[in-house]
Amino acid sequence: MAIIGKYFIFLGALFTRREKMKVYWQRFMEECVGIGTSSVLIVAIVSSFIGAVSCIQTAYNLVSPIIPTSTVALVVRDMVILELAPTITCIVLAGKVGSNIAGELGTMRITEQVDALEVMGINSASYLVLPKVLAAMITFPMLVIMAAFLGILGGYLAGTLTGVISPRDYVHGIRDGFVAYNVFFMCVKPVVFGFLIATISAYQGYFTRGGALEVGQSSTQAVTTSCIAILVADYVLAQLFL
Amino acid sequence: MIEIKNIAKSFGDNEVLKGISCTLRQGETNLIIGGSGTGKSVLLKCIIGLVRPDAGDVLYNGRSFYGSDKEEQQAIRREMGVLFQGGALFDSQTVHQNVQFPLNMLGDQSAGEKRDRVEFCLERVGLGGTGELMPSEISGGMKKRVAIARAIVMNPKYLFCDEPNSGLDPLTGVKIDELIREITDEYKITTLVITHDMNSVMEIGDNVIFLQKGKKLWEGDKHSIMHSDVEELNEFVFSNKLLRDMREE
Repeated sequence: MAIIGKYFIFLGALFTRREKMKVYWQRFMEECVGIGTSSVLIVAIVSSFIGAVSCIQTAYNLVSPIIPTSTVALVVRDMVILELAPTITCIVLAGKVGSNIAGELGTMRITEQVDALEVMGINSASYLVLPKVLAAMITFPMLVIMAAFLGILGGYLAGTLTGVISPRDYVHGIRDGFVAYNVFFMCVKPVVFGFLIATISAYQGYFTRGGALEVGQSSTQAVTTSCIAILVADYVLAQLFL
Repeated sequence: MIEIKNIAKSFGDNEVLKGISCTLRQGETNLIIGGSGTGKSVLLKCIIGLVRPDAGDVLYNGRSFYGSDKEEQQAIRREMGVLFQGGALFDSQTVHQNVQFPLNMLGDQSAGEKRDRVEFCLERVGLGGTGELMPSEISGGMKKRVAIARAIVMNPKYLFCDEPNSGLDPLTGVKIDELIREITDEYKITTLVITHDMNSVMEIGDNVIFLQKGKKLWEGDKHSIMHSDVEELNEFVFSNKLLRDMREE
């Protein structure tokens, strides 16, 4: 309970005694590049393969002659949009971005860079963490939209190239019974997950004490806690929105 | 002038500072000395507001730090320049950007004025022309100089240095001490140096405070330190062979 209380006090500190907006804008753009752009490749690879594997495995399980082949594409679409693109992408990002945030802030803490900001009269939590949180909340949905597109494309390529589904059936399947609300739900998830990953990782890094060993431990703890938080939030969001 | 009034601090059962009071005089280099684990760095953190003491207060030219609200504390902090033990330079910024950082965050000068001020400060610490280097590309002594330049860029009234020559060779250490001394004289600021280096004491110690087990045991200048009758201080001072030989002579 004490840790949760400290976490919420930390969140409160992000929004108090803020610095000039110009400073935040510059830091926000830097973080968007650091968090978003640098994650494009890993997200593209993971999502393409997940879509491809989903297609092959769904086709393997749908062997009944009364189920149309286009159902494979429908299942891939819904799996990718509702769960795989937002949740798996954010778990991957928890590993990449979360450990990066915790490691960076932890190193800044043990090398007294955070103290240097504080004695200058700067709110170090707000200056260092708020741009990361906002950047994660803005760039994660973009990455998830890209992941969903590439996941469905990966399924198309895997399905058509291996002959388990024809291009026409696949396109028919992904258009059949399409619910636009699911795309909205897909975009809500990464906003919440981005907030959780950035704040939990920043919390772990910001309160690091000790040396290099503790920075490593903070990074590991950040990834573990973020992943658990994502899964819990995923369930809560599904209950609330669906 | 900084007045430290009865500062006490414990971490759990460990009583680190036991009611320390002293005055740090303006225009002088004040040194807090003592062995490892005596509470020097904790005292510094209490003075600059990074660690809140359990009891006591710090007065900056008569203004109570711990009796002030957050706004007033921020105002006092903006009059401080701090040189941390490792320099605490921001790794992702160049030397120039590091020194300019306080001006960007707290100043209202034009871009040209900021650039001129940074160049002046870098020249002042003997690092003109190094502005485009990254902290990882410069030596430990240069990092300390950059940190001093950053500490003085806002024209502070109070300069705090935590073990400024730790990890440096003796010659570079002396140069850093000289630089601190020159800056103190030049700007007539109140300077506090935390150190366990007797060379620093003999070089720049206008006012020396000796801590032992969280208590102030002695206060005086660098000349009287050689003739103290405090046993713990003598043990600390004359652990240095050169000073021991000087005393025997």
